[in-house]
Amino acid sequence: MSESVVGSTDLSDKSARVALMSGVDEVPGAAKPDPILTVDKVVRQFGGITAVDVGHLEVQRGIITALIGPNGAGKTTFFNLITGFDKPSSGAAWTFNGQAINRTSASRVARAGMVRTFQLTKALNRMTVLDNMMLGAPGQSGERILTSWLQPIWSRQEREIREKALGLLDRFKLLEKKDDFAGSLSGGQRKLLEMARSLMTDPTMIMLDEPMAGVNPALTQSLLGHIEALRDDGMTVLFVEHDMHVVRHISDWVVVMAEGKIVAEGTASSVMAQDAVIDAYLGAHHDTDLGDDSLLEDDQFAAIEAEAESEGKS
Amino acid sequence: MFDKKKSETATAQEEEVAALGVAADLSETAAAVTAAAGGEVGGPMLSDRAREIAGYVAWAIAAAILLIMVLAFFGVEMGWTTELGNSMLDQALDPQTAAVAVAVIGLNIHFGYTGLLNMGQAGFMLLGAYGFAISIVEGVPLVFAILIGLAASGLFAVVLGVPTLKLRGDYLAIVTISAAEIVRYVGRATAFNEHTGGPQGIEGQDFRGPVTDLSFFGSGNLDVGSLDYILTGANSWWMRAVAWSVVALCVVVVWLLVRSPWGRLLRGVREDEDAIRSLGKNVFAVKMQALVLGGLFGAIAGMLYVLPSSVVPDSIGRTLTFYCWTALLLGGAATVFGPVLGSILFFVVRILVTGIADNTVPDSYLNTQQAGQFGWIVIGVALMLLVIFRPQGVLGDKRELRFNV
Ligand SMILES: Nc1ncnc2c1ncn2[C@@H]1O[C@H](COP(=O)(O)OP(=O)(O)OP(=O)(O)O)[C@@H](O)[C@H]1O
Ligand SMILES: [Mg+2]
Repeated sequence: MSESVVGSTDLSDKSARVALMSGVDEVPGAAKPDPILTVDKVVRQFGGITAVDVGHLEVQRGIITALIGPNGAGKTTFFNLITGFDKPSSGAAWTFNGQAINRTSASRVARAGMVRTFQLTKALNRMTVLDNMMLGAPGQSGERILTSWLQPIWSRQEREIREKALGLLDRFKLLEKKDDFAGSLSGGQRKLLEMARSLMTDPTMIMLDEPMAGVNPALTQSLLGHIEALRDDGMTVLFVEHDMHVVRHISDWVVVMAEGKIVAEGTASSVMAQDAVIDAYLGAHHDTDLGDDSLLEDDQFAAIEAEAESEGKS
Repeated sequence: MFDKKKSETATAQEEEVAALGVAADLSETAAAVTAAAGGEVGGPMLSDRAREIAGYVAWAIAAAILLIMVLAFFGVEMGWTTELGNSMLDQALDPQTAAVAVAVIGLNIHFGYTGLLNMGQAGFMLLGAYGFAISIVEGVPLVFAILIGLAASGLFAVVLGVPTLKLRGDYLAIVTISAAEIVRYVGRATAFNEHTGGPQGIEGQDFRGPVTDLSFFGSGNLDVGSLDYILTGANSWWMRAVAWSVVALCVVVVWLLVRSPWGRLLRGVREDEDAIRSLGKNVFAVKMQALVLGGLFGAIAGMLYVLPSSVVPDSIGRTLTFYCWTALLLGGAATVFGPVLGSILFFVVRILVTGIADNTVPDSYLNTQQAGQFGWIVIGVALMLLVIFRPQGVLGDKRELRFNV
């Protein structure tokens, strides 16, 4: 990140990140000191409904940004759009690392350094876990058909890729599964595999769609540690997550989506206290902090729900 | 255990088990959960067992066939079984069996490794055969004639691939099946009689010359065991040697390719295109390479197929495509030797069934012609049983049984 404006600041330091983002307005579409991804006027409609309608969004380089929002807010659709897996309904523009990528294919986006994982995991079932991993490595000379049959050309690179894959599998607690078919993994293990596989591509920015869903708490802890380590290595992370504790724990910046639009931006604590956000989640105005644990207690929640319902009726 | 029907609880429990790091066989867990929940009748355990048995039966039949053929080869007197063994052996070594094996090797690249549904392999064969035969008739040297046959088929693959490979898999199936029919109809159309010979096709003797001229086997007969063919000519040792050498070469090429990272990429595309895209790979290019390569094997197969006989468009049609598919499923998709074993088994088993039916059932119930038809019926039923009980074929990986993909 040497060429960046904030190149001199070391973002592995928490206070540096806080200082960096403190200058940013906490409004939707706020300008960032050094955006790696800039999105403009992305609209996606499915028949009558507008799933995504984002006017402007910038994602700061080198930090962890969380994308939150209620079910059906359009987070996954937004991911699909910017990674080239879906096409916007009308003219949109977005750039990644200074490169316009709104007209390219999903594979080009990935090659440009922005990889994503899927909410519904896409494990390659009838291949081993190790093969799943090794497929992720970029620039493999053995993947060119004309040279693929000459093993000496690719065997050295293959060994290196294998080492790297084994290292990542070890980190993600999947090492003893390496020779099993990916189809035999549990749901949580598939999440882990997919995340590990995406890291094989050496991304500049990684976009995770609910990476922790179905992963047990202890492993979630260590995964959070890994994600932070990635950030400390200079990677930009954008992730979708429903667990507010996770969001508060690791994100440096939070973007809130509701009904396709960005409704709020800011640090975790300030965003969760914003009216617009509580509104989006609960459908009514409350002076409740979404990060507040008491919200998770049944009677509290029932009370809020009842109130929301009565407001809806009136 | 990967049934879509599986209950939520099963999933939750699986995750819990795995999460806790309990060393438990997940399939057993799932089976137990399903059984406990009073789920599917004859759940996974039973059908796994049935599938295993089906595998043993397939191997037993293969072993019996081999035994009969070996005994017949050494002239052991076994009544009609000897004759049956001889015709099976003859069929197993037939150059056209070898040709089909090459076509199946191509289809295996398409379907077995890449997941492309090519329902028109015969079209690729026919184009290869025409390109080759017409060129030779026109006086083109052998090597160039072969290249022209390959080019015709490769171009066909590109033309079919460009509009369909970006769409869902079924579209390729529809397009290939109709395109192969179009090739056949154009071939048999009288408008091009001058070159294609219309429905009668091109006589083998018109284009076989350059290949038989290469023979260093000399002339006359050679009698090995019960096998007796001329050395050089249409139905000769030379043709057999050429055809099976080509098969061996194709097997080696496929083996070299599929063990490479490129082969891994093919299998990745077969499993989930979007996942591969998300890793930055050009899926369209990979699918196109696979389609063309498999089509080139098809072209070679077409040339081999017509060498001992003649180019007759109607003999290289849908039926042949379906033979190829049956042979592929029989031998085992996504295996290196599966296509060869499957092709031999396919033709030989048919002769076995027909022969047994003809010789054991009295003519008043089943005459020779009906026995022939009965053979096809058995092949059809066997294919159904195979797909149900051993979808990975004779040589396929047992672990693949566990996932319904
Ligand atoms: N292929 C599609 N066809 C029609 N509607 C769609 C399609 N994909 C998404 N939608 C709609 O778009 C809206 C946004 O969906 P999306 O999957 O992006 O939500 P999300 O924010 O990811 O939700 P969750 O948190 O539940 O994953 C939903 O109302 C959904 O029904
Ligand atoms: Mg989603």
